[in-house]
Amino acid sequence: MLDFVQQLVSGVALGCVYGLIALGFVLVYKATEVVNFAQGDLMMLGGFFAFTFIGMMGLNYWIGFAGAVAAMALFGMVAERVVVRPILGYPQFSIIMATIGLGYFLRSIAGMIWGTDDLKIETPFSQGVLRIGSLVLAYDKLSVIAATMILCTLLYLFFNKTTLGTAMRASSENMLAAYYMGIPVKRVVSIVWAISAAVATCAGVLLAPITFIHSNVGLVLGLKAFPAAVLGGFGSIPGAVVGGVLIGVIESMAGFYLPEGWKDVAPYLVLLAVLLLKPEGLFGHHVRKKV
Amino acid sequence: MRFLFKTDYEDDIKLFPHSGYLVSYGILLALLLIAPFVLSSYLMSQLVFVCIYATVGVALLILTGFTGQASLGHAAFLAIGAYTAAYLQKYNVPFPVYFLAAGALTGLIGALVGFPALRLTGIYLVIATISFALIVEEILARWESVTHGNEGMRVKTLSLLGVTVPRDSPTFYFLCLSVLVLTIVGTLNLLRSPTGRAFVAIRDSETAARSMGVNVALYKVKSFAISAAITGFAGVLFAHKLSFISPEMFTLQLSIEFIIVILIGGTFSLHGAVLGAIFIVMIDPFLTYLKDDLPGMIAGIAATFGAGPATAGNIQSKVASFASLNGLKGAIYGIIIVLFVLFEPLGLYGRWLKIKLFFQLFPLYKRATFKRQKIYVKSERNR
Repeated sequence: MLDFVQQLVSGVALGCVYGLIALGFVLVYKATEVVNFAQGDLMMLGGFFAFTFIGMMGLNYWIGFAGAVAAMALFGMVAERVVVRPILGYPQFSIIMATIGLGYFLRSIAGMIWGTDDLKIETPFSQGVLRIGSLVLAYDKLSVIAATMILCTLLYLFFNKTTLGTAMRASSENMLAAYYMGIPVKRVVSIVWAISAAVATCAGVLLAPITFIHSNVGLVLGLKAFPAAVLGGFGSIPGAVVGGVLIGVIESMAGFYLPEGWKDVAPYLVLLAVLLLKPEGLFGHHVRKKV
Repeated sequence: MRFLFKTDYEDDIKLFPHSGYLVSYGILLALLLIAPFVLSSYLMSQLVFVCIYATVGVALLILTGFTGQASLGHAAFLAIGAYTAAYLQKYNVPFPVYFLAAGALTGLIGALVGFPALRLTGIYLVIATISFALIVEEILARWESVTHGNEGMRVKTLSLLGVTVPRDSPTFYFLCLSVLVLTIVGTLNLLRSPTGRAFVAIRDSETAARSMGVNVALYKVKSFAISAAITGFAGVLFAHKLSFISPEMFTLQLSIEFIIVILIGGTFSLHGAVLGAIFIVMIDPFLTYLKDDLPGMIAGIAATFGAGPATAGNIQSKVASFASLNGLKGAIYGIIIVLFVLFEPLGLYGRWLKIKLFFQLFPLYKRATFKRQKIYVKSERNR
């Protein structure tokens, strides 16, 4: 039983990171119908930025964290302006390929700048554990869970209660109509990319104490975030986090109870099952076109 | 400019619309046939890889270019073909048999993948094919009684009708070339048949195709099966060329390379697969060249422009250290993909068509001829 709870908590913590990356996919997808295959790599880059600020420049953890988030938000805007905006409106395949290309580029550049070693960020939570009876919970994992909850709530409120959030949802439904209604679609898209890169950075920094930051971490975790996003329904913010947590728990349970090898495959088997049985996911809603 | 006057349907579906085609493709074939006796063994080896990549490219074009179903899982089909060959070879099955068996098995698995894919479009299909490829990769690593797991499998030298064909012999090159040519001719004929027309109809509009009486499900599965089978054939050749296969060769990276092949070549014509394959395979020799010769050349140029020997040496060492950076290949891939998507969406073959049209229409060429329509209204979610 104790093992089970222990696995559950570490699964939830890992799942929250998947959820945060999936949240990035969902934000961009909601606003522009673009699926950003470079989301994991934005997370990796955010982690490296934080490492530069905290580990190399010796800034305070929180200042470094904020600096990394700000820098990455700017980077997200630049990436949107340079790579995505010129091809908005073209078939989805082109945009997928462009973001795959961007991911390749970021991975290699990060490898050139920061090397290929595993890097570690010293955080206030990396030491210490919370003991409840005989249950031992590490602070770093709890911090990931807490931060995910906060971010998810903030983003949910932002999308559903603020004018800007409504504008984003409108431009996702129909860019042209939104433009006619006076919504500055270009600026909206740019802001969405900034937010999505910032969320990715949070994931990267929170992840740093659990698995180390290296240049391929984005690819590995980015691919795991797809099942999370699909499970939650691709356009739903709470769905992304719930999907992420489910995938994380399934993965960690499969690693513990099933023979070796299932751990890496389980998320994808779940993904295929979801796509076959309920393609709109847990929280998505299926829209049909009238002909 | 030559005007083709077509009087009936037979004129329209000719493989060689006019004599110019026969001449130019005849010259190309002759050059390819004398290539092994002229080129160095390294370039020959690259040429074999071009043939294999181009075969996969044609397979992917049938699925992605002509049926409109994107796939990022073709490395898995290639792996299944390669492993079938390696496994059957252990039981002394002759080459023609396991070659066909690999194609048949891969085609069957392709059809099995195609059934679930019927319900998926766009991004979901891409994600599903990625998952399929990752699962296959894991199975290859774990099913040790058949695949020997991560140790990999040794592939014996090809023996065709009692004659051994080493992997760097001209005969092996001719084998790969003939597989490529047969695939291309077969695909050209396929695209002129009702099946091929149905593929294109599905790509252009599924709803319209269905309302014209095209059995969308059947043709999508057919497209998957044909594409997978061709990739399986290529897999057999790939296994023989490498003479050793292991799961880490068939990663997502390889699937992406195949997509890059058709993206760079152009997704609307079979020429694209070949041009893209040449491009992708030749990146490696180009990078080697960059490492070996470029630093000296740049230093030489700097010296002619009046830089002192110390500065020139400095420049040389800087360029050399840049060119030998580890991630350079990945960065160049990334930049190439982004640049092609942004500025040359029709690929290399599209560029060739533009240049050709420019000279044909000389003073009247307009750039807008090739402009693509941007659609902001259509939501890919609502279909």
